[in-house]
Amino acid sequence: MTTDTYQAVKVSNINKRSTRWAEFLIQSGLGLCALVSIITTIAIIIILGKEGFSFFQHVSPAEFFLGTRWVPLLEPQSFGVLPLVWGTLLVTFGAAVIAIPIGLASAIYLSEYASDRVRSIVKPVLELLAGIPTVVYGFFALTFITPLLKGIFPDIQVFNALSGAIVVGIMVLPMIATLSDNALSAVPQTLRQGAYALGATSYEVTTQVVVPAGLSGVMASFLLAISRAIGETMAVTLAAGATPNISLTFFESIQTMTAYIVQISLGDAPAGGIAYQTLFVVAGLLFVITLILNVLSQKILMRYQEVYD
Amino acid sequence: MSTPDKPAFQLDYGDLKRRHRKAKIFANFCATITWMGVALLAVLLAQVSIDGFKWLDWQFISSFPSRFPAKAGIASALVGTLWLISLIAIISIPIGVATALYLEEFNSKNRLNRLIELNISNLAGVPSIVYGIIGLAVFVRQLGLERSLLSGALTMSLLILPIIIIASREAIKTVPMSIRHAAFALGATRWQTTWAHVLPAASPGILTGVILALSRAIGETAPLIMIGGLTYVAFFPEGPMDSFTALPIQIFNWVARPQQEFHELAAGAIIVLLAVLLLMNAAAIVIRHKAEQKFK
Repeated sequence: MTTDTYQAVKVSNINKRSTRWAEFLIQSGLGLCALVSIITTIAIIIILGKEGFSFFQHVSPAEFFLGTRWVPLLEPQSFGVLPLVWGTLLVTFGAAVIAIPIGLASAIYLSEYASDRVRSIVKPVLELLAGIPTVVYGFFALTFITPLLKGIFPDIQVFNALSGAIVVGIMVLPMIATLSDNALSAVPQTLRQGAYALGATSYEVTTQVVVPAGLSGVMASFLLAISRAIGETMAVTLAAGATPNISLTFFESIQTMTAYIVQISLGDAPAGGIAYQTLFVVAGLLFVITLILNVLSQKILMRYQEVYD
Repeated sequence: MSTPDKPAFQLDYGDLKRRHRKAKIFANFCATITWMGVALLAVLLAQVSIDGFKWLDWQFISSFPSRFPAKAGIASALVGTLWLISLIAIISIPIGVATALYLEEFNSKNRLNRLIELNISNLAGVPSIVYGIIGLAVFVRQLGLERSLLSGALTMSLLILPIIIIASREAIKTVPMSIRHAAFALGATRWQTTWAHVLPAASPGILTGVILALSRAIGETAPLIMIGGLTYVAFFPEGPMDSFTALPIQIFNWVARPQQEFHELAAGAIIVLLAVLLLMNAAAIVIRHKAEQKFK
């Protein structure tokens, strides 16, 4: 530390009344700022809960959670949320199938095989990829991935779940790679050396020692990525379409929960109407699902983290 | 570690050559996959550049959006984004840094503070579109701020606050205890210590976190669409209560149209957006580098 650049302490009389008052005021002010985050959470819960409550006075929870038709704007209306949930699951599942193996392989390469120089290039590139706005990924899906898919599968629809899944997979990949790399790099060198001393090859060290030892961090990164994929909005809105649909293939247009919210808000739903309330119910469902995943990933990190000394 | 009755790992002492071959294949596989990821970034950037560069000229930067691709530009979107980011910075930086200082320097590890910490890490994982809905209900409707820059900035501030807080706390944690002890020993109060010593020492780290958080805010689209950032704005906003558009909204609007020309315009706008983001990231890296040297 170079202390000379900092202002020296102004010595004051701590016991002076005004100083103590100022201290108290400042501390309270900082505490109030910290309360903003609590207020935000309370606001989220109250608002989603309130609008959700009035929604469920019109529509029975059974119809909402079990219904298979989502037609909120046209007569006859129907409020079964399953098609939206299915759309989200389809995209998330596809994204996970793409991103988890690739992300883990990259993490293994970065932590076990890559030289320091390669690491110092690839890591920032991955961070850069993670920082690209999601709307750019949407553009990429529509102008690059979809035409490519069209070439391979001629009867695929213009908007399709596959394109959305691929682009979301690409989007969460850097997150899995960097977080898992952090977890694997934190495994102490002595464990690797012990295994090598017993005659293991690098493959055996990686798969039987390093990955199991870093598993809590790796699993946490998977869950965070899945939660991110579920909440992802712009790329799937652009790529996957706006047709609530329990589609069994990846080739059809679907609609995710997030894409539905965007669609309604672009149409400027009047406040108080049932369409306006559906925004909050769907958002509430989204909030609960992602919250569960996030809490789960924190729990895994805390409970199963191996502690080495 | 594993329990003693279960072997930690099993070696197949068979054909050593085969095992080494397997290891080699695995290593190459992982390397290939990683480089493919990097190549993907190159493809993405190439795709955007090829489509967008021919539209990138002064006319594109200085024109308002238009129905005719040849006349369309991003002037109002760019100005809207600048307005937005300034307002977000003014709102979120003081609150975020104050929260971090409170949690790190004034925290007495009681129940409430534990709750705040847990709460912040959970807020960081809430999807951005949920913040958009809250912004719509609270700022636009309840507080009557309409579909204004201020509504957008407040919503985005809520979104990036957890990021700023988490980054600032990490930065504050790296300030050595001895500095605080020295200040206390000379009779400084807690706040004097924090303001004159901890904060300056932590400021490069805080600044890096803030820049990264702001660059996240620049690229966020979904909350702004919820708030009702307009897609066609042929004027410059003059105050925080004016309606607005922003770069990501403009990009979304152009990408969502079927015509090829508009896709190319979107690519042009993406180049501008990425250039702004790259500049901010570069600034963050430079600041981090300088700070590291100073402390070494």
